[in-house]
Amino acid sequence: MAEPVLRVENVRRLFDVSKPWLERVISREKPQFLRAVDEVSFEIRPGETFALVGESGSGKSTVAKMVVGLLPPSAGAVHFSASMGGAKVRPGAIQMIFQDPYASLNPRWRIRDIIAEPMEALNHPADPAAREARVADLLTLVGLSPLDGEKYPHQFSGGQRQRVAIARALSSEPQFLVCDEPTSALDVSVQAQILNLMRDLQERLGLTYLFISHNLAVVRHMAHRIGVMYLGRLVEVQETEALFAAPRHPYTRLLIDAVPDLEQIGRDRVPVQGEVPSPINPPSGCTFHPRCPLAMEICRREVPAFDGSVACHAANDRAVSPSLA
Amino acid sequence: MATGDTGMEPVLSVRNLSLEFVTRRGVLRALNEISFDIARGEVLGVVGESGAGKSLTGTAIIGLIDKPGRLSGGEIWLKGQRIDNIGHDGLRKIRGRRIGMIFQDPLTSLNPLFRVGDQIAETILTHMPVSKAEARSRALALLTEVGIPAPESRIDAYPHEFSGGMRQRVVIALALAAEPDLIIADEPTTALDVSVQAQIITLLKRLCRTRGTSVMLITHDMGVIAETADRVAVMYAGRIVEIGPVADVIRHPRHPYATGLMGAIPALGAKVQRLTQISGAMPRLNAIPAGCAFRPRCTVAIGKCAEAIPPLVPVGATSARCWLHETPVEWSASHG
Repeated sequence: MAEPVLRVENVRRLFDVSKPWLERVISREKPQFLRAVDEVSFEIRPGETFALVGESGSGKSTVAKMVVGLLPPSAGAVHFSASMGGAKVRPGAIQMIFQDPYASLNPRWRIRDIIAEPMEALNHPADPAAREARVADLLTLVGLSPLDGEKYPHQFSGGQRQRVAIARALSSEPQFLVCDEPTSALDVSVQAQILNLMRDLQERLGLTYLFISHNLAVVRHMAHRIGVMYLGRLVEVQETEALFAAPRHPYTRLLIDAVPDLEQIGRDRVPVQGEVPSPINPPSGCTFHPRCPLAMEICRREVPAFDGSVACHAANDRAVSPSLA
Repeated sequence: MATGDTGMEPVLSVRNLSLEFVTRRGVLRALNEISFDIARGEVLGVVGESGAGKSLTGTAIIGLIDKPGRLSGGEIWLKGQRIDNIGHDGLRKIRGRRIGMIFQDPLTSLNPLFRVGDQIAETILTHMPVSKAEARSRALALLTEVGIPAPESRIDAYPHEFSGGMRQRVVIALALAAEPDLIIADEPTTALDVSVQAQIITLLKRLCRTRGTSVMLITHDMGVIAETADRVAVMYAGRIVEIGPVADVIRHPRHPYATGLMGAIPALGAKVQRLTQISGAMPRLNAIPAGCAFRPRCTVAIGKCAEAIPPLVPVGATSARCWLHETPVEWSASHG
């Protein structure tokens, strides 16, 4: 097996959510920290799509920011393979696509300037004519016309803007793309266009994706492997088909059951109660235990260890039985 | 009338509703000849992409269209009473009392400065002849019914003290407070996480079933419609392009747009290699193509599509607005 493009090792990220210093001293309170991400480890192989899925507050976007270097981890490390430049990653080898194409494109810039900006910043290619030709190629690649380069972002629809954002991300010839909810702001028919485009580009250019989404159906369509996050921890990592066929963590089961599906017309169900607790003051032990149907005594006391595929006391017990082994 | 096997009068009947915005650059038609009925206890899903006019249809029914928008034609009937021409004061008696409303963002539909119990009691006092103490006990009963834990203490809490899902439960209690005939729910679960969304859908379904309340459920999420609605109307560029029982529209959509929409949705059940793709995007209101508005994106368009707007004709169990399904039956005749 090829060397993984990205190895994330036990990263943790704390945010200081304390009251202002003076107020804290007067009321004699300790500083307070929010654990947005805790002990998260995973690997991404070249050419694969690894998805992180979870509800709001699960820490998936914080992981994305640490991977691209927008946030330093409080502990742990993010390693890239030698092909990406190892410890000193080749500039432009990692790019990001954001959720809202209405906010991620500068409204005062022409499309061609937006797409050329990474090339200008890296001075590669150095020749302006070559840059111009590459902008035209990129626009064609993402399904727009080279003539669109003259226009401004407001002249495009949401889906077209997301194509521009993808063209900009590709302009520095990246190997690795971090896509943070790239289609959540789009309508379904347009979402299908963008998802298909991203898969085509992956095949043609051999890209590796870290794909962040809250939508399980989209993740199932896009990802080769999926990591499920809950309150800052990775609770399960599996190949996509295995995850949907036999989820091992009760939270994964809950998420899959909760998604309304076209196949289930008029279904009545008993949804799991409760909501995601506050990450400032998370429950003891396994943070999922207050909502978990399988919770045992040990779940309240001890944080389950992540064994490479699942972090759950109950799943480890069941794994002993031959039916689930 | 088209709906109701029992021959009962529909709770809501919308007939040829049209709505336009008068702007400096001309008149924009946002809704065109919208017609549908909702029977007692029925959930009608209204689905479509941004700009299709689904929220506007809901807003028009409760008479909350602001200038420069105006109804330019059609009728709205609520249990046999025409409500599109009764004026501001007439509508005030209907909103909240006979039609309840649930909006997308529960934080903005509650007043942050008032205790939730007082907000519910206020609605009850406005519309029903009860004492203050009676209103409060009804508010408490409602909070219990929508599943707020420890309602006796939560009744005096402020909206910011609730989580998103709990807030939406309070909004549902508020919509049900005056025991309306119809609830218009505009994207009630879009701002919520999936696990909470499932709770809210289940709650809404249960309450409307036990009380016999009709629901107009507006959403862009076809999955929510599949689980909740009895019938569904698919909207595109200000028109209903297909309407029928939810199972038929999802499994055998007749309009090319509805077909494309179903194929474009990634499913949890089976993995497909490629999603169906509808090229292009919904036209803007000032640039709606002549003839069928979907023609430029349609893969099966014929010459006639550019010339005239197709009528909504019955096809099997559903009705679709497409020239491919043109039948000799005159729509206006069956329509009354």
